[in-house]
Amino acid sequence: MAAGVAAWLPFARAAAIGWMPVANCPMPLAPADKNKRQDELIVLNVSGRRFQTWRTTLERYPDTLLGSTEKEFFFNEDTKEYFFDRDPEVFRCVLNFYRTGKLHYPRYECISAYDDELAFYGILPEIIGDCCYEEYKDRKRENAERLMDDNDSENNQESVPSLSFRQTMWRAFENPHTSTLALVFYYVTGFFIAVSVITNVVETVPCGTVPGSKELPCGERYSVAFFCLDTACVMIFTVEYLLRLFAAPSRYRFVRSVMSIIDVVAIMPYYIGLVMTNNEDVSGAFVTLRVFRVFRIFKFSRHSQGLRILGYTLKSCASELGFLLFSLTMAIIIFATVMFYAEKGSSASKFTSIPASFWYTIVTMTTLGYGDMVPKTIAGKIFGSICSLSGVLVIALPVPVIVSNFSRIYHQNQRADKRRAQKKARLARIRVAKTGSSNAYLHSKRNGLLTEALELMGTPEEEHMGKSTSLIESQHHHLLHCLEKTTGLSYLVDDPLLSVRTSTIKNHEFIDEQMFEQNCMESSMQNYPSTRSPSLSSHPGLTTTCCSRRSKKTTHLPNSNLPATRLRSMQELSTIHIQGSEQPSLTTSRSSLNLKADDGLRPNCKTSQITTAIISIPTPPALTPEGESRPPPASPGPNTNIPSIASNVVKVSAL
Amino acid sequence: MNRCPRRCRSPLGQAARSLYQLVTGSLSPDEVSLALMCRARPEGLEQLQEQTKFTRKELQVLYRGFKNECPSGIVNEENFKQIYSQFFPQGDSSTYATFLFNAFDTNHDGSVSFEDFVAGLSVILRGTIDDRLNWAFNLYDLNKDGCITKEEMLDIMKSIYDMMGKYTYPALREEAPREHVESFFQKMDRNKDGVVTIEEFIESCQKDENIMRSMQLFDNVI
Repeated sequence: MAAGVAAWLPFARAAAIGWMPVANCPMPLAPADKNKRQDELIVLNVSGRRFQTWRTTLERYPDTLLGSTEKEFFFNEDTKEYFFDRDPEVFRCVLNFYRTGKLHYPRYECISAYDDELAFYGILPEIIGDCCYEEYKDRKRENAERLMDDNDSENNQESVPSLSFRQTMWRAFENPHTSTLALVFYYVTGFFIAVSVITNVVETVPCGTVPGSKELPCGERYSVAFFCLDTACVMIFTVEYLLRLFAAPSRYRFVRSVMSIIDVVAIMPYYIGLVMTNNEDVSGAFVTLRVFRVFRIFKFSRHSQGLRILGYTLKSCASELGFLLFSLTMAIIIFATVMFYAEKGSSASKFTSIPASFWYTIVTMTTLGYGDMVPKTIAGKIFGSICSLSGVLVIALPVPVIVSNFSRIYHQNQRADKRRAQKKARLARIRVAKTGSSNAYLHSKRNGLLTEALELMGTPEEEHMGKSTSLIESQHHHLLHCLEKTTGLSYLVDDPLLSVRTSTIKNHEFIDEQMFEQNCMESSMQNYPSTRSPSLSSHPGLTTTCCSRRSKKTTHLPNSNLPATRLRSMQELSTIHIQGSEQPSLTTSRSSLNLKADDGLRPNCKTSQITTAIISIPTPPALTPEGESRPPPASPGPNTNIPSIASNVVKVSAL
Repeated sequence: MNRCPRRCRSPLGQAARSLYQLVTGSLSPDEVSLALMCRARPEGLEQLQEQTKFTRKELQVLYRGFKNECPSGIVNEENFKQIYSQFFPQGDSSTYATFLFNAFDTNHDGSVSFEDFVAGLSVILRGTIDDRLNWAFNLYDLNKDGCITKEEMLDIMKSIYDMMGKYTYPALREEAPREHVESFFQKMDRNKDGVVTIEEFIESCQKDENIMRSMQLFDNVI
């Protein structure tokens, strides 16, 4: 029952009064309307735009979101309205559907966005009204084709390593661009097709005279050479055909396909000729068979997309072509008959029979006008002129249809190629975005530890450092971190040096002091530039300031050994941080010392990576008098402050 | 109330117009503008409230539904049949709908306006039992001569059975409507004169308990 007439149900029920006096038995009880609500207005707030409608309007379609109790999930108690966080433009169409019973598709709307909205509201697109249904279906088909094209090209370009030999061969045949060998094969076959066609043509050219006989065509003069060429070409074609047959996923389907039939027809005459050279009678038929060799030229359609498009167009315009042929035939027969009878009277007329007049009619209708047959009587001339005029019309009518079909298919192919080219750029951009997000994870992992440390210290100013990442991001990173902990593995980034460092240190979580120092000494020198690289990559501006400061500070130090140790400390500190244990409080204590000393540096280093903060650490030895002596005795001191895993911390302070 | 102009009904005028359109190739502008002009607006809400027994809110709901389906404000027979047929997808309800249309169209001008519609509904849904019986009698009396003949009743009966459609259990027999009419007349026709007058009808219905009970079904329709 259509929704619009739901409002008329009371009338239909009232009209049943006509049956009552006639009925012989009592009527069933009527259903009671339990909650006899007065019809009320409900407010639908869609992304800020308020729509209002009667409740009963929405209840006309009880199996959609708005018509069922599902909409209660979206009821906002505070504002007493239903809030939907969706597109208000499409909602307009949806609501009109409830009001009028007709769903329309707006032309300006993207088809997939519209489909998504319909799916959300639980409305089937099939009920789109006739006025808009065609447009909707066309756009949908276009979109599906586009997606299919994309998928096809994706499938083609994905390198699936686990293909069998047969499958690789088939892929090589179908897409020559997949491997060099395939490309070579492609060009070689193309070359041989061309050679074969040219030899067929040149065979018939008169090639100079052998003294004593008439002019011979080249084929007979150099018959051996041509025979060898032909044999070579046919061998190549046969090998190619057999290879394709072997590699085809479905041999039966392959044998039935057009291209394989062309292949067979191209090579058959040669073999038949080999078999039948002796028999004189059949050699006439054999000569006819040689005509089929010209079909080799169709093998070029594998090499040319334009040819394929042409063939596809002709196939899709089959009905128009058929109509053209049919109407032409009709017209030819009519005019031939008329001309024959018109010219019957005149003497020595060429129009000897109706089939003979066919030739005249065809030549005239296609406006060729050879002039070998012309009407002589006046009636004949009149009908002849009518014939040529109508010929123009009949031919001109179906041609634009064919042309437009070809143009459409051709443009579609152009678009497909363009999309494929753009796809690469698009995929590259997507890849960059993905690596960006995984980099962000590692980056924030390091930052997060510093933030924790700072928070432990309890200073309010540093706390806001962690809030630079959004809540969602930090939760996501926490999730990834939990996964790392569970599996005991760690995410790697594209930066090879960075990954090397993290992996080496990972295995040495609990090692003793000397080993650790040794390790760091070895790795410090060569890894020194790399420690800066991540920071450089992410915060170029800040690190340059820090690093420049740092380099300035090193010159102030009296002890020239300190740069090395400082590097090491920096090294170790950074690595320890990446391990993710809870010792950063030491660094913070150091950094706090540093911070008090150098206010200008503070904001820069705080907001950037840990490495930069660490860079500032070596300065305390410079500023405090007991700098050099600090390393060994300082170990017990800060130690007391740190409750947890002290072993690593010790190493830090030892430096 | 606005009425459709009378000129649209003259057959001679229509013939002349169509001939003119054939010759000049114009695309019947008159019919188009005619449809646009055939628009009726009901009288005010207060008047309808007085005339019928519906409350203001009920009238509002009724009018909204009415106007939604018939934006021009009047229902003609085709429209009426089409709306009614949507409630009975299986059978053929067109004959019964015609009878209904004639019953609603009290002034017999070929169209049912909102006033007619609501007046009929008011009687059926809010009227007394006698009113309802009167209305039903009016429905049965096809030629409005004050009595129901067997032929009229047979037509009505056939139209009701038509609404059921072909696929019923048990299958519809040819004689079923006629037999039903016979039993009806048995019950209703007191003086056995072959017609049922209004008094006989009302009297017999009042005596029949089933009919009385089913008349009360209409109290809660709206």
